[in-house]
Amino acid sequence: MVLGLVGVVYGFLSVPATVEEASEVLASHEEHHGEEASHEEANFVDEARQEHGYSEKAMAHDKDMGHEAHGEGEHMEHVLHQMQTKPWSAVFVAAFFFMMIALGTLVFYAIQNAAQAGWSPVLFRVMEGITNYLLPGSVIVLLIVIFAGEHFFPWQNHELVAEDTILQEKSVYLNFPFWLIRGIIYIIGWNLYRHFARKNSLAMDTAEGDKPYKNLFKYSVYFLAFFIVTESTMAWDWFMSMTPHWYSTLFAWYIFASMIVSAVTVIAIVTVSLKAIGKLEFVNDSHLHDLAKFMFGFSVFWTYLWFGQFMLIWYANIPEEVTYFILRIQEYNPIFFGMIIINFVFPIVILMNSDFKRVSWFVVIAGVFILVGHYIDIFLLVMPSTVGPHWSFGITEFAALLFFLGLFILMVGLGLAKVSLRPKNNPFLVESEHFHY
Amino acid sequence: MASGNVLHVLYNDDDILMKAVKELRSKHYRIIEVYTPFPVHGLDKAMGLPYTRIAICSFIYGLIGLSVATLMMNFIMIEDWPRNIGGKPSFSYLQNMPAFVPIMFELTVFFAAHLMVITFYMRSKIWPFKKAENPDVRTTDDHFLIEVDAANHDLDELSKFLYDTGATEISLIHNEEHA
Repeated sequence: MVLGLVGVVYGFLSVPATVEEASEVLASHEEHHGEEASHEEANFVDEARQEHGYSEKAMAHDKDMGHEAHGEGEHMEHVLHQMQTKPWSAVFVAAFFFMMIALGTLVFYAIQNAAQAGWSPVLFRVMEGITNYLLPGSVIVLLIVIFAGEHFFPWQNHELVAEDTILQEKSVYLNFPFWLIRGIIYIIGWNLYRHFARKNSLAMDTAEGDKPYKNLFKYSVYFLAFFIVTESTMAWDWFMSMTPHWYSTLFAWYIFASMIVSAVTVIAIVTVSLKAIGKLEFVNDSHLHDLAKFMFGFSVFWTYLWFGQFMLIWYANIPEEVTYFILRIQEYNPIFFGMIIINFVFPIVILMNSDFKRVSWFVVIAGVFILVGHYIDIFLLVMPSTVGPHWSFGITEFAALLFFLGLFILMVGLGLAKVSLRPKNNPFLVESEHFHY
Repeated sequence: MASGNVLHVLYNDDDILMKAVKELRSKHYRIIEVYTPFPVHGLDKAMGLPYTRIAICSFIYGLIGLSVATLMMNFIMIEDWPRNIGGKPSFSYLQNMPAFVPIMFELTVFFAAHLMVITFYMRSKIWPFKKAENPDVRTTDDHFLIEVDAANHDLDELSKFLYDTGATEISLIHNEEHA
């Protein structure tokens, strides 16, 4: 009862916070929509001007533009197309970034359940709260990729495919109906697991037997098997197919690494902030230590995959493969290499010391840097493939980021506020509360 | 050492052992050493042992490994016998660096791991074929042993106290050399 009261009190406490968030969300939402509309208009207005402004440059840039651009007119079309794609990309980067945090948290949660981990059950409610964002987040992401259409995915352009034998062969997999069905299957599968996991986890609080626990275990195992397949195809469908001639077998893992490290970081930050306002007094610094270890470990894992992909392509130097990195190194140089410093050097230096991992503000600072770094990572996945050299970090990007941040905080706040943050009847709960390293 | 007399106190459970160690220390008896068949979590803290410095050693060894790898690859591949690396014959270490990263990583790990183990052996004064310094072979199976300095304590009182902490067996060892 006392626990229930704590939950309710927390709910009331979090409501003002989330209402403020909500207004912020609305504000940025409107701003964002205005932005997007005006951007699209500006692009159409600029069409005539661009044709003059870019014509000299077009000669010089002609050779490193896309394979289908030959004449000057075609090149201008290409540039215009990239400019029109920009707001789409900006929204997609932010939308996917927050969706992948929720999804990564869900995976982490499933792993903890499937592995019957003894240390983490005190954090289950936090993780469930974060995954509350998955439903709106994944639906928005799916809608964006569907409606972005040719802006993102050149293989959806029939004229292009008609002239391209490689894409014709790939169209067995990369065709619109199949791609759409796959996307719908992903988000239905992920959200179904979220729904049933949460249901059983809450049922555990009042249940007599261990049935909900067993169900949760079973669902987690099935989900992990489902996820590892759908995550790969998701990475191919939504990211790799933006440059349909280029492929890398490491790509899906690379996105997964980004996903899981961001997710663990967010779990740690939410845990620290909830503990700071006194809602998680049963979480001790050993739990934080373990989360920080995961942040450290997955940061190195991400670097390993990033470098694995980079080194092989750099070494082999095959023209059709290196285009991916040439574009990023030439046009995105500072953030391309800056990202590696933020995502690798920074966590490794800050989180190497065992004692620092227990200091909450240290973990939060490292976490903020990791999140910024992985936002840049997603930015670098999407932007070069869609808008090419015409990138910037302007109001649209920032507004999209704010919008999804607001929505994320709102949904996570609602998810956390609904129930007591202390799970009951989990067989490992006692072990978890006494966990110490 | 104040006295050559040492008590060997045996326990048969790690939780009881932990409690006994804490009680002994709160009464200011001196614990010389504890022998356990497996690592007992938190025992080092309960015994008041200082923090291990092997992490710092490991970091330094890692840096040494990294430097060795860098110097070695620079000498082998760039200075002594310049190579055409992946069609990039730039003959500059920095520009060919990605090719050397695996080696730099491996040698960092190699140096850190091996030197750390060797440091640990030297610090604990053990080497191959050394005769085990084990007061009671049962500590390699299922018993836990605390060596308590008998010093000038009243032995009856001390023994009673130790039995109260859950000891299963106590024996007094006269150590001639230090007496």
